[in-house]
Amino acid sequence: MGSAAVVVDDLRKRYGDKVAVDGISLRVEEGEIFGILGPNGAGKTTTVECVAGLRIGDEGSVRVHGLDPWTDRPALTRILGIQLQESRLQAKITVREALELWTALYDDPVAWPDLAERLGLTELLPQRYAKLSGGQQQRLSIALALVGRPRVVVLDELSTGLDPRARRDVWQLVRDVRAAGTTVLLVTHAMEEAQQLCDRIAIVDRGRIRALDTPTGLVDAAGPATTTTFRPSAPTDLEALRELPGVVSVHADDGRVVVTGADDTVLRLLPVLERQHVVPQSLRVEAGSLDTAYLDLTADPIEETV
Amino acid sequence: MATATATAAVVRTEARLFGRELGALFWTVLFPTALVAVLGSIPSFSDPVAGTGGLRTIDLYVSVAVLMSMSMAAVMAMPAAVFAYREAGVLRRLRTTPVGPGAVLLAQALLHAAAVIGASALVLTIGRVAYDTPLPESPVGYLMAYALALVATFSVGAVITSLVPNSRIGTAVGTIVFFPMLFTAGVWLPVQVMPDVLREIVVVTPLGAASEALAEAMAGDFPDLRHLVVVAVWAVVLWLVSVRTFRWE
Repeated sequence: MGSAAVVVDDLRKRYGDKVAVDGISLRVEEGEIFGILGPNGAGKTTTVECVAGLRIGDEGSVRVHGLDPWTDRPALTRILGIQLQESRLQAKITVREALELWTALYDDPVAWPDLAERLGLTELLPQRYAKLSGGQQQRLSIALALVGRPRVVVLDELSTGLDPRARRDVWQLVRDVRAAGTTVLLVTHAMEEAQQLCDRIAIVDRGRIRALDTPTGLVDAAGPATTTTFRPSAPTDLEALRELPGVVSVHADDGRVVVTGADDTVLRLLPVLERQHVVPQSLRVEAGSLDTAYLDLTADPIEETV
Repeated sequence: MATATATAAVVRTEARLFGRELGALFWTVLFPTALVAVLGSIPSFSDPVAGTGGLRTIDLYVSVAVLMSMSMAAVMAMPAAVFAYREAGVLRRLRTTPVGPGAVLLAQALLHAAAVIGASALVLTIGRVAYDTPLPESPVGYLMAYALALVATFSVGAVITSLVPNSRIGTAVGTIVFFPMLFTAGVWLPVQVMPDVLREIVVVTPLGAASEALAEAMAGDFPDLRHLVVVAVWAVVLWLVSVRTFRWE
């Protein structure tokens, strides 16, 4: 093992009665892109906020390059950059002013014009913050997280509001930042993002880590050989599908039905649909994916029929 | 360390942003002068007021206008700016940087104070030029009383920003605090002509004591130490309360 950039040990945090983080431990190696993947409310953001020292855990400990974020925030802010959800800048600050200001806050900043160029902000430099679109604000926020040349950067819901092209650009930027030596802690609920970027992923649900492995490792461990998805032409009785031999899970997702199971699942599935007079539109059969692993590990009963 | 230059960068940036808030600038900088200009044109305000040693109403109102602009900036404008930053997450965002959100609060206090000082200079000048109001006979005493008053009013504002959870309540609290402050400063009834009992009460409030001290300095006496101490004690107590209770989010 290399040297650890971030070590979280048995972190616990509750808000009143609600347990947000229920014993999370993880170790992020220097130069790694580490993903924290999970549904909304899983405790991802609370975890990284504890890492950044914005919140203090009730129990456990956190170290970032040996620093305790809960007691030594001034030192931490020099080595950790963060892009936060739900934080905005001064309404009338321009993009250029924000970049210049953040540059002045750090001892060894990167050249902000390069970052601005990479993030497509160059044209927007004279624009005021309040006039930017959500995606533009997001790109500026990423630039500000990186301008201080942090040793560790926390990116919380990196690609929220970005169009597909901007998302690709940002992903490449994250890879390049890592190649330059920065450790990346990536919070996301987007499977594709985690799979594309991360060396390792922790799947978090209800305050705990449900699995922690490389993307490939997670897929292999998930078991089911195939994932069958289709858009039902009529309401479908999911319970009947669940009872089929070899089926591991069935759930409805955004108008699609997703069935995971053994190789012969699809053969057994089609006759049942026919009996229900359901035509499986846009039918796809795929080998196991991170989706499968994720859904198995964060399983919550969703709706029974579509 | 680089923190000093970083703080300077924050103050510089905030100064630019402050210059874009034309509405706030008008109320802080120009309104007191406009008030004195209007009041000075009322004929009866040029009559001497009994019990003040020959001062005219307009002479008294110069000090009142100074305290009023100070109060407005300190308990309404400055807290509003801080609430806006807190609610937008600006303070939270700055907590993750080496400079910390304290720099923004410092910048806001400095800039509002600077605007107040500009407003006061303008009021004294216009009063002098247009209505021949006296300049402070004891400049040193005046500056001292003025500085203390500035710290005291901004401490009241700081307590509001600390204790009030959001801008909606903040505006209400600011207004509720503003009027007693104006009253004790003598906006409706100059402190110097208040009935004795009322005056005894008012001079232990921060603005009442400041108002007395400023009036004494105007008249040429070094302000009564008692008044300066009252203002200073208020400033220290309020400042401590604010620092102990401030929330970043």
